[in-house]
Amino acid sequence: MKLSVSNLNSHYGPAHILFDIGLEVGEGEVVALLGRNGAGKSTTFRSIVGLVALREGQILFEGKDISTAPTHEIVRSGLGYVPEERRIFTDLTVEENLEVGRQKPRPGAPQWTREKLYKLFPNLGEMKNRPGGRMSGGEQQMLTIARTLMGNPSLVLLDEPSEGLSPKIVEQMVDAILTMKKEGVSLVVSEQNLHFAKLISDRAYIIERGRICFAGTMAELDARPDIRDAHLSI
Amino acid sequence: MAFYFVQFLTGLASAASLFLVASGLSIIFGVTRIVNFAHGAFYMLGAYVAFSLTERLSGPLGFWGGIVVAALAVAVIGVLVEIVLLRRIYHAPELFQLLGTFGLTLMVEDLVVLIWGPDDLVGRRAPGFKGAVDFFGQNIPSYDLFLIALGPIVLGALWLLFQRTRWGILVRAATQDRDMVAALGVNQKWLFTSVFAVGVFLAALGGALQIPRDAVHHAMDLRIIVEVFVVVVIGGLGSILGAFVAAVLVSELNAFGILIFPTISLILVFLVMAVVLVVRPWGLFGRKEAPARRTPGLTVIPWRPLSSVERLASLVALAFAAMLPFVAGNYALTVGSEIAIFVIFAASLHFLMAVGGLASFGHAAYFGLGAYGVAFLAKMAGLPMIACLLLGPLLGAAGAAVFGAFAVQLSGVYFAMLTLAFAQIVWSIAFQWVAVTGGDNGILGLWPEKWAASPSHFYWLALGVSAFVVSVLRLITFSPFGYALRGMRDSPLRSESIGINGKRIQWTAFIIAGTTAGIGGALFAYLKGSVFPDNMGISLSVDALVMVLLGGVETVPGAIFGAIVYKALNIWLVSQTDWSKLVLGIFIVLIVVVFPKGIVGVVESIMHRRRAVAPKAAALSAKMEGAQ
Amino acid sequence: MSLGVSLLSVEGLSKSYGGIQAVRNVSFMLQAGEILALIGPNGAGKSTCFDMLNGQNVPDSGRITVMGQETTGRKPREVWRLGVGRTFQITATYPTMTVRENIQVALVSHHHRLFDFWTPMISIERGEADRLLDLVGMAGYAERPCGELAYGDLKRLELAIALANQPKLLLMDEPTAGMAPRERVELMRLTAKIAREQSIGVLFTEHDMDVVFEHADRILVLNRGSLIAQGSPAEVRANREVQAIYLGEGLLYDARHREGAPA
Repeated sequence: MKLSVSNLNSHYGPAHILFDIGLEVGEGEVVALLGRNGAGKSTTFRSIVGLVALREGQILFEGKDISTAPTHEIVRSGLGYVPEERRIFTDLTVEENLEVGRQKPRPGAPQWTREKLYKLFPNLGEMKNRPGGRMSGGEQQMLTIARTLMGNPSLVLLDEPSEGLSPKIVEQMVDAILTMKKEGVSLVVSEQNLHFAKLISDRAYIIERGRICFAGTMAELDARPDIRDAHLSI
Repeated sequence: MAFYFVQFLTGLASAASLFLVASGLSIIFGVTRIVNFAHGAFYMLGAYVAFSLTERLSGPLGFWGGIVVAALAVAVIGVLVEIVLLRRIYHAPELFQLLGTFGLTLMVEDLVVLIWGPDDLVGRRAPGFKGAVDFFGQNIPSYDLFLIALGPIVLGALWLLFQRTRWGILVRAATQDRDMVAALGVNQKWLFTSVFAVGVFLAALGGALQIPRDAVHHAMDLRIIVEVFVVVVIGGLGSILGAFVAAVLVSELNAFGILIFPTISLILVFLVMAVVLVVRPWGLFGRKEAPARRTPGLTVIPWRPLSSVERLASLVALAFAAMLPFVAGNYALTVGSEIAIFVIFAASLHFLMAVGGLASFGHAAYFGLGAYGVAFLAKMAGLPMIACLLLGPLLGAAGAAVFGAFAVQLSGVYFAMLTLAFAQIVWSIAFQWVAVTGGDNGILGLWPEKWAASPSHFYWLALGVSAFVVSVLRLITFSPFGYALRGMRDSPLRSESIGINGKRIQWTAFIIAGTTAGIGGALFAYLKGSVFPDNMGISLSVDALVMVLLGGVETVPGAIFGAIVYKALNIWLVSQTDWSKLVLGIFIVLIVVVFPKGIVGVVESIMHRRRAVAPKAAALSAKMEGAQ
Repeated sequence: MSLGVSLLSVEGLSKSYGGIQAVRNVSFMLQAGEILALIGPNGAGKSTCFDMLNGQNVPDSGRITVMGQETTGRKPREVWRLGVGRTFQITATYPTMTVRENIQVALVSHHHRLFDFWTPMISIERGEADRLLDLVGMAGYAERPCGELAYGDLKRLELAIALANQPKLLLMDEPTAGMAPRERVELMRLTAKIAREQSIGVLFTEHDMDVVFEHADRILVLNRGSLIAQGSPAEVRANREVQAIYLGEGLLYDARHREGAPA
């Protein structure tokens, strides 16, 4: 098992956000975490990488317990995180943003270089010296992914990669995720967009109001339109 | 013409050191969000260590090597300070960080005297820059030319460091989003430590480079830190370019201010700072800061007015205090009067700080203005004592009205720095404007009239006024105005959205606090029989802060207990040891690290826990603090 | 619908940040007693819209009129004085005061008594504060420290505070975020009841679609800054474009996966 989360509970101040979350990701697998806005997808990711101070539960990454480790150690052990709000460094150029993410190569994990990433995201290669603040939303989204890949992770938590992007960019994003998978990166992708998720993932979890309420393969989810309508549609 | 040009060059030369120190402060603030008050102390240490090294090492290599080694050595001290002290207080409220580093400053001031002695030390001239260059009959020291060139060189070097190195890129990234940098696998702890080391290195280098120009002495830290605060407020905290531009601006204003207002040259700097703040509240190159964070779970105990039992107990305590003249001698009564006066002073700052959430680092300005108000009225206008006591504090009120109008536009550390700078300006006016204030000699011969002259009568007067002022402040605290003020502290967003004009409320509170501090100052003038610039000095401002924090900033009566304990301890310490600053500094650091709730705060939370009204919330807050 | 002036009227509201159009030409009306929901994906411009209505943000262009008075570009405190109450997504209350005191501050502000330095707060507007607490079902909480309240109770307290100036219009930003499911239903029922009884117009943003479809009279749908639909819950539910956004079924996927479209 690449990542195994059990009984994860998280709080923001007085608000209890996550309730007994359980989640598993196999080697080389792409897993979708589906749910509506505010369902707890981002909090789940933030809890796994240690950005939520109040968390309880067990988180095993490559068999090692990381539930109390500081964020930078979790990330250095090969667990990459791409946040939802893009959070690129707007004052830094594309190259500099990538530099912040750079880590030493890690045995057993796919390696990424700037050149390889510019091939994956050709737009970025054309604007190496542009400050992050002057990029479009889609370009920023690519940059956040590329920046995380510079750390040569073996697993990436990708928070809402398609949100607010135009169809053309979304298509590029699908290709990028599939390439990452082919290179051997395991992924957890949080999404509201069911169809995007179908294109990229092997399995799915549905989270609703801080609880996991479905786990299964994409085919199993397809067979349950009731679940889909109850938790994803309006 | 040549004269003005030379004056201009002198200004530029002074700007170099100022820029070094200010840029160090800015870099540290950018990443760690700590305003390092001890930056002036590191500057001073740099000068002292460089003095010792250059005295022992000979030749040009010895001199220049000594300068660099001194800066490096002080940077190592900075690293130790960061690891031992600052890492413990990164999550504390900003105020505690400022105060903790101030405690450090006090310690360094005494340590420096312990090691190098109290006398001014004149260092070596810089090899190769001993002479002067003739410019149309005016002499320019060649060392000044060296410093003038050094400023832009350092600016360029810093630019390269931040643009071209991985470390610089990480620092810039962390300045913008610390958590995201950690989420990319960067160890924040060591990044912070290295940033602190670089900042301290710059400060120490600034100090070391001053030895050929100026004598080294043990008060140079406060002088530079005030100028640095002015520079970063003008230039914008966190901006290196801003630090450079503002350092040049401030140094030039000083150089030419002396020509225009020879007696009160700092006025010019103040005016420029005021204009900048009105036009760009975050400085020329600064950015608006996110609102100051509240440390979660620090307090949940709401304030309440005294119960009838407690009111009775207070009256009994007051009655006991009033008995003092029947059992104690004159010395004890004088000490008692002084404590009563400091209760007023501490209570006025407490009102601003605890109720208003506005931590003034220059509250002594209004205490001192009250004292000078009395002195002017008594000495120049010859008014009777009662009139002086009633009208003198109005000078404090006026000062608070003017400075407060600017200060309340800012919050958090900016507010603290600005109030400190204002206080220092008032101090230097009192110090420099000899014709009116008597300068360093002060104004003497302010003795109370006969009815208040005996120690016991004066004690009763001080005690009575003190009880009155404390009661009034308490009344205001529990009035609608007091609640509106607390509301602005708790949640400006909520206040604005229920129709409260927060700045007006805060400005009014600033004036109330300034006036009451002025009342304390007015009594103090009569107690001492004289006024001096030190009545508005930084150390007095910090005394007030420590009293409030020692008593407990989150409690209503904290200031009273803080003032009594601290003042008594202080008077006792000064009589017992020559190294009171060292002891005091250690004491402050301990309060900040171990005792952040103060005496009354600790007592209250113990009592509150006994009552067990809120076991759940207490457990949650403990958990949160543990998780931080 | 009444023929008189509408409670809130928004015309051509636009706002952009650094070249990105956050809100694009948004217009709508709100009548007294009506409950209007503003929905849309993250980043659709809901918060920006809300902040402009509330005065926290100044629009680039457009007009906002509350009860016939233009409020465009006015400060939040001025908007409040016109009778607009507001609750926040992340609650903004005074944690160091008791529950009752939180409401008393709003009442004191409403009655222009902020610069009263002498009267003890404890005796001011106590009855009115308790009446408001009773209204939101928190009568027993008056003396509790606000910092100890559970999240759902904080949300109810915010509602009581928002009602302190007898508003004609309530702006509620994600009123049920972070609440337990049962609390959500209770809070919205309460809001609806108060709105009907006092003829208050309510505009709220919300992520929980159950809440939206159960309680809103009318729904506005925002996507990428533009209003793409408005109407009754049934109309909005049936709208293809809205479905596409909420199921994330962009045009791209429409072509590729027509079979995946919801029935």
